Amino acid sequence: MKNRTIRAIVAGLTATVMAVAMAACTPKESDDTITLNALFMQQAGYSQEQIDEMLRAYEADNPGIKVKATYVSYEALHDKIVTSAPAGTYDIVLLDVIWPAEFATTNIVIDVTDRYDPAWEQDMLGGAYGTAFYDGKAYGMPWGPSTKFFYYNEEMVNAVGATEADLATWDGVLAVAKKIKEAGLAEYPLAWSWMQAEAVICDYGQLLGAFGGDFTDADGNLAVNNAVGVSTLAWMKQTIDDGLTNPASTTFLEDDVQKALAQGETAFGLNWESTLVDANDPDQSVVAGKIKILPTPAGPTGLRPGINGAMALSIPTNSKNVDAAWDVILYLTGKDNQDKYPTGWPPNWVSSYSDPAVTGQAPELFAAAEIGYADTILRPTVPNYNSASDALQAAIQAALVGSKTPQQALDEAVAAAAQ
Amino acid sequence: MRMRLHTKIGLYLGAIVTGIVMLAPFAWMIIASFQTQAELVARPLRWWPGRFFPDRYVSIFTNPRNDVFREALMNSLIVSVGVVIVAMVVGVLGAYAFARLRFRFRSTILMTFLFTYMLPQIALLIPLYLILANVGLLDNVIGLIIVDCSLVVPFVLWILSNYFLTVPVELEESAWIDGASRLGALIRIVLPSARPGLVTAAMFAFLLAWDEFMYALIFTSSTASKTVPVAVAEFSGRYSTDFGLVAAGGVLAALPPVIIAAFFQRSVASGLVAGAVKA
Amino acid sequence: MSKTPAVPTRKRRWRHSQGFFAACLLAPAILVVFGIIIYPIIQTGVYAFTDVRSAMHPKGPFVGFGNFSKAMTSNRFWSSMGRTLYFTIVSTAAELVIGLGIAGLLNAKIRGRWLLRTVVVIPWAIPTIVNGALWKGIFHAQYGSLNALLTQLGILNSYKVWLGTPWGAMNMVIIADVWKTVPLVAFLLLAGLASIPEELYEAAKIDRAGRWKTFWSITVPLMLPAISIVMILRVIEAFKVFDVIYAMTRGGPADGTKTIAYYTYTTAFSDQNYGIGSALAYIIVIVIALLSAIYLRALRRSEMSLI
Repeated sequence: MKNRTIRAIVAGLTATVMAVAMAACTPKESDDTITLNALFMQQAGYSQEQIDEMLRAYEADNPGIKVKATYVSYEALHDKIVTSAPAGTYDIVLLDVIWPAEFATTNIVIDVTDRYDPAWEQDMLGGAYGTAFYDGKAYGMPWGPSTKFFYYNEEMVNAVGATEADLATWDGVLAVAKKIKEAGLAEYPLAWSWMQAEAVICDYGQLLGAFGGDFTDADGNLAVNNAVGVSTLAWMKQTIDDGLTNPASTTFLEDDVQKALAQGETAFGLNWESTLVDANDPDQSVVAGKIKILPTPAGPTGLRPGINGAMALSIPTNSKNVDAAWDVILYLTGKDNQDKYPTGWPPNWVSSYSDPAVTGQAPELFAAAEIGYADTILRPTVPNYNSASDALQAAIQAALVGSKTPQQALDEAVAAAAQ
Repeated sequence: MRMRLHTKIGLYLGAIVTGIVMLAPFAWMIIASFQTQAELVARPLRWWPGRFFPDRYVSIFTNPRNDVFREALMNSLIVSVGVVIVAMVVGVLGAYAFARLRFRFRSTILMTFLFTYMLPQIALLIPLYLILANVGLLDNVIGLIIVDCSLVVPFVLWILSNYFLTVPVELEESAWIDGASRLGALIRIVLPSARPGLVTAAMFAFLLAWDEFMYALIFTSSTASKTVPVAVAEFSGRYSTDFGLVAAGGVLAALPPVIIAAFFQRSVASGLVAGAVKA
Repeated sequence: MSKTPAVPTRKRRWRHSQGFFAACLLAPAILVVFGIIIYPIIQTGVYAFTDVRSAMHPKGPFVGFGNFSKAMTSNRFWSSMGRTLYFTIVSTAAELVIGLGIAGLLNAKIRGRWLLRTVVVIPWAIPTIVNGALWKGIFHAQYGSLNALLTQLGILNSYKVWLGTPWGAMNMVIIADVWKTVPLVAFLLLAGLASIPEELYEAAKIDRAGRWKTFWSITVPLMLPAISIVMILRVIEAFKVFDVIYAMTRGGPADGTKTIAYYTYTTAFSDQNYGIGSALAYIIVIVIALLSAIYLRALRRSEMSLI
């Protein structure tokens, strides 16, 4: 009696486990439609609506293929790619310019060098072409060049008698910012994305370039603790001390900067291409039409490189639909598709920039892009970039909140990165 | 025993302050979820919606762009219910053994179970991740149910053992005399008598599984298995500047456990005590 | 047992079958605990001694204590340990003091006590991630309700950046954590409080003992076992803090809220250094094991019927 009951329970449990396991293993769709899973970000760049529209257009042309898109914040993107890699969840992932080295050495995305068309080297903008390369091999297809531009509230600038020409250099920007603050138009005329995230590295890098510095020395080692690197950080800190930079900047990401502009709370901010449209969208902005774009201001050396923030589309190693995924990638990154959406992410293709049908959609952006994409500053392409960046983020913040001197903080970051 | 007046006033004052502090943050979240974006960024901040604005909830439930959140609610429900079922079956059997049977290594096994309950998830994360990857259960609700059991089973086992001890053994003995097997007596006598304990344990299992974040963060990556806490974390990352939307998502994620806990308030108290100190 | 006959062989068989029965009943639980807890924790131990760099092929050369020494010679490890300690001590202390106060209120004979108990349960039931998102909104520098409230009440002149400094952010995270956890502590202490016999207080009253004297000579000594158990339990939980930090600050600013669990997470998954990540995880396990040993001893001493 007793044993029979136990046996019944054991049998019942086993049956349940097997039923559940079988249910889990049974493929959901039996027809021969291929469903691809793609991982994108919802932040700067193409909006979710735009990407969905592109994918629907692709599906209309290719009835056998469906693409299911997942959107995460940029801050979650890297870890999501890493943690989904063994399961082969995604067939297409969005790759930042700083990751090819890491993902190549850890075998997370596949080498697509053989699929590259030699003509692309000529046809693509330099800032886009190199995005997915590491050690001479390509690990994805660029999805457009990208850098941070300088946005300003035209009304505030005009109100203190300044013009666009005054904003060509950082010295000029600070002078105008002081006037705006004195005039009481904005409590803090400058807002930055200085949160402990990759965003602060982008802002720092862009300033570093303007001050004539670089992230690494001739041997490729992190060298931000040199005179230029330290004075760049000291300059950032000084703008907080002078009351020109919003002290909340150390809690801001790019979205917060965009919102501060759109709320008319700040006069100036660095941000990606898509901010031009978003900050002037009456649904999101109380100062629609007043936010203007310029190339990043120049430093004392006259240099004005933009941080290279390009991204690419890659195929994870365990994808079972490599060819179909590559076909989708070629469509998304193709000239025809990109030319339709130049405001989210300007196209890869050189010829698009002289095509009035494309540039006419955002003349201000393309005017700024002419200078913005001409010279870029690249973050170090090393496999352990993330840990080096993490140490540098913490160091920059430590100096900004005043718990360490810029020299001390950057010395520590360089030491940590060398470990 | 009569209280002096100022003691009484002090107590009521304390009760009111406590009530406000415990309620206000969540109440603000609910209010904010019904305010327009313009009201939320206005200075001075308005504390009450100028007009009723349920659009965010409507959008969460109808806009195809928000299917992530709807599917996450569904996944959380499946995972939590799954965990409750598995943990209760496993827990009832094991707890009965601890409460009623004498066998070798009894207290060693019990101590091991209690200890595993204390272990940090982060120490299990990488191997569990690789195991799930090997058996193809990454990004899968079944995989999530299995790993969540590592948190819930020891707790349920412990609570139920304590409850079973409170059921008089004489009840069972009379059933045995009537010819019932031990298992029969467990099902027909012990379980009905320990019903409050079962409700409490099931409720805790549900709440623990609903709240679980770290496993879900690492082991899920698409709408196939993403749970509500992960969806809320993503919401607050993606819409870092739209607190209203984050609030609406947060309210939806918090409502099931809040309602359950408020409704079973007595069970919460007794379950916490049974889980941590003694029955 | 009354009906067991005294025949030795029968008795031995019965004993035997009780052990067998126990094994059957415990089999699923043991399977769960070994399969998804004990085996992984051993596996983590193996990784801690190897140089694993990619989740795609989790093998690496044996490096002895190399991962541990690398982890423990890093400044960031020790500072995250320090922050974890600070978080643990401050949050546990605050929860115990406030929790004891609330337990007293919940135990007092006042009208609407059931309502108060129901209200107090709510923060505890809110999922940790939602709690983090909620307090992130409250502390937001531009649009947060705390800044709005304090300026409207005239307490602040201008908006403060609550999460802007390492120290400040850590304290704000502690506030968020305490708010959510105080109900748990209060309910645990309430059980201890309710079990103190009323007569003791009556006697103290007859002896004309003062309020403080009663508190220190009756309440505290009788509550000590409960308080110490709750305290150890909270220390263990606080030492593992991760979720609320993930939701509120992501370890920033300037690493100010990077606790040891968060540091371990970023080492393993953001830096893809699973070897050092596992070594860090083991360091946490060792600390937790020591604390658990203390906890289990305390449980044993508190007239536990099970152990």
